[in-house]
Amino acid sequence: MTEKFTVSPSPHIWGKNTVSKVMLDVILALIPAAIASTYFFGLRALLIMAISVVSAVFTESIIQLIRKKPVTVSDLSAVVTGLLLSYTLPSTVPLWIPAIGSFTAIALVKQAFGGLGQNFMNPALAARAILFAAWPIHMIMYAIPGVDGMTTATPLAILKAGESELPSLWNAFVGNIGGSLGETSALALLLGAAYLLYKKVINWRIPFSFIGTVGLLTWILGQEGLFTGKGIYSIFLGGLVLGAFFMATDYVSSPMTPKGKIIMGVGCGILTVVIRLYGGYPEGVTYAILLMNLVVPLIDRYTVPRVFGEEKKRWEI
Amino acid sequence: MGLVKQLLRLKGGVYPPYQKHLTDDKSFTKCNIPNTVTIPMQQHIGAPCKPLVKVGDRVKMGQKIGQPAGFVSSPVHSSVSGNIKEIGNFPHPLFGESLAVLIENDFLDELDEGVMPKNFDELSAEDIKGIILEAGIVGMGGATFPTHVKLAPAKGKVIDTFIINGTECEPYLTADHRLMLEEPDRIVFGMQALMKALGVTKGFVAIEDNKNDAVESMLRATAKISGIDVVALKTKYSQGAEKQIIKSALGREVPSRGLPMDVGVVVNNVATAAAVATAITTGMPLIERGLTVSGSGITEPKNLLVRIGTSFEEVIKHCGGINGTIGKVISGGPMMGISQFTLKAPVIKGTTGILVFKKGENPYPAELPCIRCANCMKVCPAYLMPMMIHAYSFKGNYEAAQKYRAMDCIECGCCSYGCPAKIPLLQSIIAAKNRLK
Repeated sequence: MTEKFTVSPSPHIWGKNTVSKVMLDVILALIPAAIASTYFFGLRALLIMAISVVSAVFTESIIQLIRKKPVTVSDLSAVVTGLLLSYTLPSTVPLWIPAIGSFTAIALVKQAFGGLGQNFMNPALAARAILFAAWPIHMIMYAIPGVDGMTTATPLAILKAGESELPSLWNAFVGNIGGSLGETSALALLLGAAYLLYKKVINWRIPFSFIGTVGLLTWILGQEGLFTGKGIYSIFLGGLVLGAFFMATDYVSSPMTPKGKIIMGVGCGILTVVIRLYGGYPEGVTYAILLMNLVVPLIDRYTVPRVFGEEKKRWEI
Repeated sequence: MGLVKQLLRLKGGVYPPYQKHLTDDKSFTKCNIPNTVTIPMQQHIGAPCKPLVKVGDRVKMGQKIGQPAGFVSSPVHSSVSGNIKEIGNFPHPLFGESLAVLIENDFLDELDEGVMPKNFDELSAEDIKGIILEAGIVGMGGATFPTHVKLAPAKGKVIDTFIINGTECEPYLTADHRLMLEEPDRIVFGMQALMKALGVTKGFVAIEDNKNDAVESMLRATAKISGIDVVALKTKYSQGAEKQIIKSALGREVPSRGLPMDVGVVVNNVATAAAVATAITTGMPLIERGLTVSGSGITEPKNLLVRIGTSFEEVIKHCGGINGTIGKVISGGPMMGISQFTLKAPVIKGTTGILVFKKGENPYPAELPCIRCANCMKVCPAYLMPMMIHAYSFKGNYEAAQKYRAMDCIECGCCSYGCPAKIPLLQSIIAAKNRLK
């Protein structure tokens, strides 16, 4: 009897890290924000999250079945997309909004371009932008935390309108302000972000350069003259903490090189501030990230690092 | 002389489970000498040897039976005395099949007349290089680069430092570890011979810090030698690659596509140094080597001294045989070793270990698409972008693969090991390297 040996190329052992483990870590990191969201906006928040996730998973399964490809929802990437999308929605949205949003994110931005690893923009953010363009009124009805039936403007909208009745820094940090489900509680998000940094799922470069640029530029370009802006306060407003730590760091649509990550962070920061201060919308994070997503392949080409033993720094491929 | 700290941390690298506990406390024993040995004509990097014998000839132990072809080549010798039974294509652990000489052992171990001790003090640098060439000594860490070539730096290259490599960073392998514990003086003697051949006075013994007893042992052996220090490098896989040792221990970076001699350094494995010592003190060429037999598929994992040409089958039999059903047989370590398709392959000069994984253990993982996480980039000790080289190589665009410096890959396997999507990155990179040569 001839035995058969497995013959395959080296290495013959592999690390324990898997795509689904990485996705699971992201989901775990998003749980504090889910808890904060439910606390501030009630059970409806949970319902929106659930529908968003289910719609994403369902969409991916159906499309893969139709294409006669293996159904890969167990890699949890659709779950992450669905969850992140729900975090960008106000708590008052009709329930068909997250359903359609997740469908758009998965079907249009992800699967239509090749599935996992091929989305050229952040799927959750792209879907949010589409929802905002299609149903703008539904997308800006931000509930007052803890109060049923009434809506409020977000702190950024208040700033844009030039009014001075702003929530306190503490409220902005903790999340007791108007805003979408996942963006309000910077505290909860930062807890999750700390976990992701510790587990080395995300790298510090994008979020720190993104947030640092926003803080710095906001301070410099103050509305009452140079260097009078609310730099620190502005960091906890809008979708910046959510976007910088959880959206801009999406592996597929962000640069792979260390220098490239800094460029993306700074670019996102500049665009965010420009839109916030001089654009038509009060918040600029969504479009800042989406626009930078588009130039990521270009950034990667021009920031290829030096290889071992090379003297000069390389500038392009 | 003493213990020195490493200058720089290794950038890149991974932490595989070491599994050294299976054999690191087992001292070397001699493997049973087999009835026949198969001596391949190519056990080194460079041109294969031409057989000097014909069927029917009687050869003695240590007799040269293969003549090197060209400078980058190394002679091969008979590891037993006996008769040449056959010359032809036989299994080879690296090439599948190659030209080899099959010798029937007469169990007399009659020594060839050329096997004569030399007086070290009377030897000049050129004499030592000659002895190393004639003894067929090649890099025994697995690379099998002919040592006499390493000792002949190109014109204009001045060597100022010699490093001996006792890091043994691959999991499972403990042969170098045991050698440093059991024969430190032999290693040091070989090191001094190599330093004399190079004309250098500064030497380092590089060991990973998961082998503190070996560090102690080598410190004791070099205590009275002022020019030689021991450097304990932080344990991390692929720290043992020679360019990475030079960077961590000395802070010098070998130029891309260059050699250690470009920064004034020569590195040799501890077993190579021991082989040099043997060639001088007894005159015996490289006909035996220490290796580790380990893995869940081996009944009694051991460190063995094996005659070159002994089949894997014989070696495994000496270790209690196979435990269970074979899944995979590997020559070398699990990160860079070559998986075998027959146990008839012989142990050659570069066989550092024989590993057997049981069926179902470490199964080849299913592949997902690349998620651009850049983990491969993070762990690459050569600072490459493995995902880009793989992507282009996979599509057959080898020029683009080289734009990302495919040829600089040291083939350590960290990229494939660290990829969460389990993409066979190294396979594509090596494929590109083969087509770019």
